[in-house]
Amino acid sequence: MSRTYLTLLDPLTRLVGARGAMIVSAEDGLVVAEFLMENVKGSALAALAASLANRVARVVETSGRGAPRFMQLQAKGGSVFVALAPADLILVLLTGPETAAGAARLEMLQAVERMG
Amino acid sequence: MIDDIRAWTAELAADPSSLIFLRLGEALRRRSQMEAALKVAVAGLTRYPHLPDAHDLYARILSDAGDLERAFDEWDMTLRLVPTHAGALKGIGFLYFRAGENELALQHLEAALQETPDDEGLAQAVERVRDLLQPPPLEPVEPEVEASAPPPTPDERVLLVDAGGLPIRGRLTDPAGVEIGERIGALLAGTAREAARAAGLLSLGEWQGLLIECTQANLCLVKPTPETYLFEVQDPDVPIGQLGLRAERTARAARRWLEAMR
Repeated sequence: MSRTYLTLLDPLTRLVGARGAMIVSAEDGLVVAEFLMENVKGSALAALAASLANRVARVVETSGRGAPRFMQLQAKGGSVFVALAPADLILVLLTGPETAAGAARLEMLQAVERMG
Repeated sequence: MIDDIRAWTAELAADPSSLIFLRLGEALRRRSQMEAALKVAVAGLTRYPHLPDAHDLYARILSDAGDLERAFDEWDMTLRLVPTHAGALKGIGFLYFRAGENELALQHLEAALQETPDDEGLAQAVERVRDLLQPPPLEPVEPEVEASAPPPTPDERVLLVDAGGLPIRGRLTDPAGVEIGERIGALLAGTAREAARAAGLLSLGEWQGLLIECTQANLCLVKPTPETYLFEVQDPDVPIGQLGLRAERTARAARRWLEAMR
């Protein structure tokens, strides 16, 4: 696992309520790098996030509103944040409900910039 | 105040777990010592991540520093911890006012005033926003007409579909003006099912919304009822924190409309 990628994930895991952060292949949902709490199933999170990101990409394409950059799936018990990264990768963050979306977005987009 | 700041700084140094950081951070903010205020607030928030007043303090500092999006998120977090927190209601009301969302501003400021009825400045702000809003129509609105009014569809940017993706209400066009409601409806239904599956398998409970930031717009998918999905297109400058709130407002309107249609 790339040490550089783990360094990128580190600030995300420090966010209040963060349960795990991953870098995932957008095409097939394979895990490239991960930083997860013990009870988080990394492969499931990666596959679900990639699948959702692909569906969202089709919605965005059909709507004619450019390309997706960032998304948040909000649920009662927390959120899954996904940021699109270079090289057909996605950055995934799993959090509890207490995480501030703005802070998560900022950290993720900064991490994506560093990946470029 | 300088003496207070000195005393509180000493107190906090002697006992880093002291809640005096709230008064110290606020005092520093009022003196526009933003860097020091930020340091105190962040340290306090790190120690007490579930303390509503810590989030409120951090939000006020962010707001003063012009970082309105993060300020909104912090006040939003405060309200999740304490829905009647006057400071957060006031703060969000102020942000809505700045964004020109006077109705939402009034709603939050009035709620804040209910919590702090002696706040004269707040009472004046409420009056000011009330004045800005259009007076109610003189002619009484026929209840039936109001009940059957469709959900707002500004600029053909809102689409309500059923669980199978069939458009029920609203109209969606792409930037070239081409109708895309039916094409996108099926995709939305599939995306919503995927969102539900992801939230379920990750033990996140029921999914509530999907916020999407694109290069040319911000999009939102919410679930007004278990059998319907609402898709809304917003300008790209609407912060993602506000996007969900706006979509929830539209979803409430859609829910009322669906109930009236039954």
